[in-house]
Amino acid sequence: MSLGAVVVILVVALSAAAAPVIMPYDPDEPDAEHALERPSLRHWMGTDLYGRDQLTRIVHAGRVDLLVALAATAIALSLGSVLGAISGYRGGWTDQLLMRAIDTIQAFPSFILAMGIAAALGNRLSNIVIAIAITHVPIYGRLVRGEMLRVREMEYAEAARTVGNRRRRIIFHHLLPNCLPPVVVQATLAMGFAILTVAALSYIGLGIRPPTSEWGAMTAEGAGYIVSGEWWVFLFPGTAIMATVLSFNLVGDALRDVLDPRMKGV
Amino acid sequence: MLGYVARRVLLVIPTLLGVTIVTFVLTYVLPGNPALVKAGPLATPEHIAEMERRMGLDRPMTVQYWHYLRGLFHGDLGESQTTGRPVLEDLLQRVPATLELTLAALLVALAVGIPLGVVAAVRRDGWLDHASRLIGVGGVAMPTFWTGLLALYVFFYALGVAPPPLGRLGAGITPPPRFTGLLTVDALLSLQWRALASALHQLALPALVLGFSVMAPLTRMVRATMLEVLESDYVKAAWAAGLPRRTVVYGDALRNCMIPVVTLIGVVFGFLMAGNVVVESVFAWPGIGNYAVTAMMSKDSGPIQSFVLFVGVVYVFVNLVVDLAYGLVDPRIRLG
Repeated sequence: MSLGAVVVILVVALSAAAAPVIMPYDPDEPDAEHALERPSLRHWMGTDLYGRDQLTRIVHAGRVDLLVALAATAIALSLGSVLGAISGYRGGWTDQLLMRAIDTIQAFPSFILAMGIAAALGNRLSNIVIAIAITHVPIYGRLVRGEMLRVREMEYAEAARTVGNRRRRIIFHHLLPNCLPPVVVQATLAMGFAILTVAALSYIGLGIRPPTSEWGAMTAEGAGYIVSGEWWVFLFPGTAIMATVLSFNLVGDALRDVLDPRMKGV
Repeated sequence: MLGYVARRVLLVIPTLLGVTIVTFVLTYVLPGNPALVKAGPLATPEHIAEMERRMGLDRPMTVQYWHYLRGLFHGDLGESQTTGRPVLEDLLQRVPATLELTLAALLVALAVGIPLGVVAAVRRDGWLDHASRLIGVGGVAMPTFWTGLLALYVFFYALGVAPPPLGRLGAGITPPPRFTGLLTVDALLSLQWRALASALHQLALPALVLGFSVMAPLTRMVRATMLEVLESDYVKAAWAAGLPRRTVVYGDALRNCMIPVVTLIGVVFGFLMAGNVVVESVFAWPGIGNYAVTAMMSKDSGPIQSFVLFVGVVYVFVNLVVDLAYGLVDPRIRLG
């Protein structure tokens, strides 16, 4: 099951990366003669209002969705880990201050805050990355802080202190690497969540501008054709989101079973 | 217990201050300078400077924040450029629609999610267990707006059993007199059966979609705790004492697995408020989420930030209630 999930992620990522080479159509070039065609041998997932090949657009869209989610996750992971590590190791007022900041971010439902940040920063793709990164920092911050509290009392931490290592070296060289396994699990699961957030934000009109193809925005375009029965316009982009998110979740679950056997089967 | 309640209630004050600081930064500090927006695209630099002075934007940040906070206390959330009315009025007018949808969805999630989790645990590896796991993994991967469209396609377009997604009441139905603002409750109170039927008809699909979107974590949690509880010594003791199955499973075990479920309600509520935004937008439901999305489309950022603030404040209080309830059912918390 998780092997299949890895395959799905690889297929989505690789085909997105190679999209301009492997796809037979141009994702943005209108073709008025073939507007809103049903799925056929020529167009496996049909065409949209402008006659653009849906499959081509979905494969191209993978670039946007995966890159935005990946960038946001990478930023949140780095920032959250560093802050969590410092917070957990130093304790005291540094810890208090950082944790209250994290509490404040978590005082909002994360999607709502992401929406507010993206709207305030302006309607650009990079701002979606920032918005999702900020709302995901607490996930990693809390996790690493908890791990840090555990490992800083261990003997090897004591040893590292005794031989006179500097604090920065102890935190980032000796202790942080030992906090990372659960962080990797969490990041895989959070990737799925990040993709869902990107798609939902662009579904409501934030971040992506036409004609750039993006799964959420494509689904939004398809929403208008439900009353007239053109199901393929909304169905396939959503399926791409679901398959990708599902795969990240399955891989995350499998990783957790390997790295953190206590949680197995939950 | 009183000490715990007092501590927890007092904690609301710094949290609310934090929430207002965030929305203050989002509204006034980040780009999209409100003076620039208000002065219009043709304004001269002098005009903008004048506008900034009049709006107090040239004052120190702390002074501006203080004014912002004082405004909030007087219910001043600014004006919407789209509707031309105070944002607070707009929001209050739309809250009942959102509340009705949220409560209905919560009801769906609890009424289906909890029994499903229990049965999945009791009959481990049975077909319902497999089904619940499928929903657990698949449900969280489905984008809510897409589930909504899928449901619309199947139940409205293909089967024709759902009404068109055009708000809270069918065409030509007189709204019941307003008591609570919840149309189903108001129709019931005033005995207007046609309005009640129409309101329920309109509510069913969005509530099912929104409820389904938050059901998965609930089912997963109930199943996991139930499995743990069923393995515990006191349940084994109850079996050994020969108590009937029903008493053991639905009496002792279920009651103990409700504790973690109570904590999850806060999280679920957060998901519901996020899901609301897209579900309301899919079904043209006239709630506050739809209001925010409409404001977004006309680049009217004031109402969006007020919406974020509003949801943040509600969420703070929901979490307060959840924590108090948790302290009530689990003595370890209030003593800890």
